[in-house]
Amino acid sequence: MKPVNFDYARPKDVAGVLPLIADDSRTVKIMAGGQSLGPMLNMRLVQPDLVVDITGIEELRQVVETPDAIVMGGCITHADIEDRRVPDMTRGALPAVAGGIAYRAVRNRGTIGGSITHADPSADWISILSALGATVTLRGPGGSRSVAVEDYMLGALEADLRPGEMLVSVSVPKLSVSARWGYYKSCRKTGEFAHAIGAFLVDPERGVSRAVFGATESRPIVIADARQLLGEGTATEPGRDFDSRLAGELVEAGGMSDPIDRQTHVVALRRAIQQAGSA
Amino acid sequence: MTAQDVKQQGVGASLLRKEDDRLLRGRGQFVADIRLAGMKDVAFVRSPLAHARVNGVHVPDALRERVVIAEDLKDVKPIRAVSGLAGFKPSDQPILAFEKVRQVGELLAMCVADTRAEAEDMIEAVDLDLEELPAVHDMLAARKPGSALLHEEWGDNVFLETFVDINFEAALDAPIKVTREISTARQSMAPMEGRGTVAVWDKRMEQLVLYTGSQMPHIVRTGLAECLGLGQHQVRIVSPDVGGGFGYKGILLPEDICLGWYAMRCGHPVRWIEDRREHLTAGANCREHHYIITGYADRDGKLLGVDCEATVDSGAYSSYPFSACLEAAQVASILPGPYDFPSYRCRTWSVATNKCPILPYRGVARTGVCYAIELVMDAIARETGLEPHEVRLKNLVGPEQMPFDNITKKHFDSGDYPEALRRAMAAIDLPALRARQNEGEPDGRLIGIGQAIYCEQGAHGTSVYAGWGIPMVPGHEQATARMTPDGGLELRVGVHSHGQSMETTLPQIAHEILGIDVSRIKLVHGDTEYTPYSTGSWGSRCAVMAGGAVATASREIAKLAKGIGAHLLQAKPDQVELVDGRVVGPSGSVSLQEIAHTWYRLPQNLPDGVDPRGLEATIGHKPVRDSGTFSYAAHVAVVAVDPEMGDIEILDYVIVEDGGKLINPMVVDGQIYGGLAQGIGTALYEEMNFDASGQPLASTFADYLLPGPTEVPAPRLDHMETLAPYTEFGVKGIGEGGAIAPPAAIGNAVNDALKGLGVELTQTPMTPRRVLEAIGKAASGKAGASADMTAQGELA
Ligand SMILES: Cc1cc2nc3c(=O)[nH]c(=O)nc-3n(C[C@H](O)[C@H](O)[C@H](O)COP(=O)(O)OP(=O)(O)OC[C@H]3O[C@@H](n4cnc5c(N)ncnc54)[C@H](O)[C@@H]3O)c2cc1C
Repeated sequence: MKPVNFDYARPKDVAGVLPLIADDSRTVKIMAGGQSLGPMLNMRLVQPDLVVDITGIEELRQVVETPDAIVMGGCITHADIEDRRVPDMTRGALPAVAGGIAYRAVRNRGTIGGSITHADPSADWISILSALGATVTLRGPGGSRSVAVEDYMLGALEADLRPGEMLVSVSVPKLSVSARWGYYKSCRKTGEFAHAIGAFLVDPERGVSRAVFGATESRPIVIADARQLLGEGTATEPGRDFDSRLAGELVEAGGMSDPIDRQTHVVALRRAIQQAGSA
Repeated sequence: MTAQDVKQQGVGASLLRKEDDRLLRGRGQFVADIRLAGMKDVAFVRSPLAHARVNGVHVPDALRERVVIAEDLKDVKPIRAVSGLAGFKPSDQPILAFEKVRQVGELLAMCVADTRAEAEDMIEAVDLDLEELPAVHDMLAARKPGSALLHEEWGDNVFLETFVDINFEAALDAPIKVTREISTARQSMAPMEGRGTVAVWDKRMEQLVLYTGSQMPHIVRTGLAECLGLGQHQVRIVSPDVGGGFGYKGILLPEDICLGWYAMRCGHPVRWIEDRREHLTAGANCREHHYIITGYADRDGKLLGVDCEATVDSGAYSSYPFSACLEAAQVASILPGPYDFPSYRCRTWSVATNKCPILPYRGVARTGVCYAIELVMDAIARETGLEPHEVRLKNLVGPEQMPFDNITKKHFDSGDYPEALRRAMAAIDLPALRARQNEGEPDGRLIGIGQAIYCEQGAHGTSVYAGWGIPMVPGHEQATARMTPDGGLELRVGVHSHGQSMETTLPQIAHEILGIDVSRIKLVHGDTEYTPYSTGSWGSRCAVMAGGAVATASREIAKLAKGIGAHLLQAKPDQVELVDGRVVGPSGSVSLQEIAHTWYRLPQNLPDGVDPRGLEATIGHKPVRDSGTFSYAAHVAVVAVDPEMGDIEILDYVIVEDGGKLINPMVVDGQIYGGLAQGIGTALYEEMNFDASGQPLASTFADYLLPGPTEVPAPRLDHMETLAPYTEFGVKGIGEGGAIAPPAAIGNAVNDALKGLGVELTQTPMTPRRVLEAIGKAASGKAGASADMTAQGELA
């Protein structure tokens, strides 16, 4: 379990990365926290000629506040968020989820950009960020573009990265004071990837009610208007009338064929919604 | 030294572990810490297929000198671990496979390079011509005629079939009869440190030296020498610090032999450090049992008989030295557990499959056996409407029956089994828990109470193992005790510590007898060059056997020291006594230090007739009876099951253990905690799955789940100390016990929680999916074709 021989570069800025990753004469891999790439290198699942370490790039470690969003550089770590070095505008959602990712040692190095680019369906960021309505910004030879987090993930271990592109930042909308969220993940032990995730956001002031079934076989299943699942449930008790049957149909329509998977995902979402009520 | 000090160090003292000073500071020395000049690294070309004909292993000419293939090893003997049990079919485990490969990960070639990474690069240049054969992956199917065969010359896939029938017919009329199909998953042992070996030819000593983390250095030496055709004086095994063994590090591996062969020829040291993928997929498998078991009882819950068919997936080869049948054949003799009943029948099969050999893992066979019999006891309780502990109390062997020969002629040396169970049950408030259970949890979870009781035979010796006829039969265990010129003491034993704390506990025993401060007693072990022959550390034997040997040798030193001391005190030997490290006579006393100084440095002060053995003794020890000590424990678990998610949480865990005299109670607690963690792994997490082509499905710890600190509750421990009648100090072996009962106790608790749903789980690990599947099945069974498939009616 040792990687193949590879070259290593650690550019100081994004402009220094782009020509390296545009070179299609050799296999180039970006490395952020290395928490997913490291094992894949060791198992020789990836055999790059060059690894480009992006953790020395100031821009990717920055956090910028705009009137309605907080924009984090791609190399912000899970621990940065957990420890609130990144100001929290999500009423505690991001720090709480960050603290439940893996183990502290992994959180110290693992990055938000690396996690969503790695596109593991069971990972945490992809689900909660989809519920919060976050977008990512990519930069490449043709300039920058932004896409919704759930669209950035194309499928299991597949992100919408065009040749020569990299992720530079993640933008998370600020929540209103009356917003409530819930996040429930089912895993067998601390630090294990999830088997089922439910994520929920209700932000009446902004007219948002979003639900996410995460840890599916592929992309998270996003219910952009979750009111259909809530029935007459009130803001303080949103889970009261949760429609399990409809939820089951939605995950089935989302491609989940196994009845036990459907059950655990529906229960996870119901519990996330109940949590939002008791927040 | 005062009497108070003696108590703080001797037998019974919870002395801090001496070895922790280096181990906890990261200053231990494990195989991978050893650096020898010119050392090169090894990576093995392993079979990617479970079962295939080997048509060729092609090595590019440029690499040929640094790659070893089967044809190079023509003079090396395969590993052959026979058993003397009638009908056993031995297998030849090749060092490097040639005609056939029989498991994924089997060795085909060895690549040598400056670094492991470069050796792995070489692997990719070796071309394998393999012709895939149908894989045998299911032990039950493998028993049937028509199955593909691993060892064609056998005509079937069965290493050994055993059968025992003791008055079985008599049970058939019992009014209560419960039959269950029960199984434990295949596991991987997963010590923190995997295997590893550095091999070098020592030119001066004309010896092959192997540094390898081994529980059984002397056995490895014997096996290695036999395969390589060397005299045993030409082989030295050094086992440095060992980061956990659990049985895996007792086994002679083809890797070791390959490295040894190469080191004899290449002129530089070579090393192989097993990586986690090799460990999980190619090496350390254990535990996979299957039972069809019936308990016969009367309506009062009195057990009348047990009938069982047990199958163990033994994997591809019989491993050295324990053989392929240790597990299954033991099942037949230990299944009755601590229960006294009159009728018994058991048939067992040790089946060959295209998986790595099954190896003895902490609790060998007992974990599966305990799970099987204890699930049946609870099933009987449910059938009779009695509390499970009431049924157990009716059937446990009683203290008044001790010593007791059970139905399979196991000799229970001592103990009060019912008392252990009563105490464990008293530690939880059963009526309150039953009330809470009836009321239901506010969060919708279901709670359950489960218990299990087992006996652990430890330190079983010659009379037991002679019957097995495997390559290793323990006889007398020897120890050397030797005073140093400054009054310190060296102890040399052939067992090796891989977590047992022997650097602390064996000196405690010597201290108890000689009064020498423990800090001045040095344990020398883990090196065949310096220690007496021993079968090593296995079978919960070290405290009883090596501890007994150290006690015997220390007494000999006491006798010798008294001889010299008497002379110095101008007294007769029978007028002196050894008290707290001093020889005391009628006219005064002299310290052991002065005695040692005199023997080694002032011999002119000794009379001509002084005992020439000086202050050194090597002596063998066997307990008065060598049929083994019987420690035992009752485990009680309280769990909460989430019927929607299938999650199981352990709310409370109680252990009442009887290990006889505890040499160091803190060390015993540590052994129990560690065993419990592994038992919880068996119960809830660990599973090495294979697909139909024999491919192992877990190659990292992301797929092979081990319990971590947050998954292991702090158990409540209580000890009974019924002294063993046949051993020094009344010590009993306890090393494995913690790992035996948890699957049964937790399994029974889960089944107790789910009994209202008509659900019983009989397979480990009890994963959330298995819980939900069982609930779904019970619900659909009850509701027929109803749409309401789940406990809570969540979904269509
Ligand atoms: C033991 C363990 C347990 C874990 N448990 C969890 C868990 O419970 N929940 C969870 O969510 N995650 C878990 N993880 C994953 C962890 O969160 C990682 O941080 C994450 O998967 C990858 O982030 P990284 O920064 O380490 O990325 P890297 O490993 O460096 O990179 C991952 C991939 O993304 C690419 N990449 C990285 N950054 C960029 C970028 N800016 N632009 C373009 N491409 C980029 C890389 O080329 C690579 O393909 C676990 C990891 C480990 C080792």
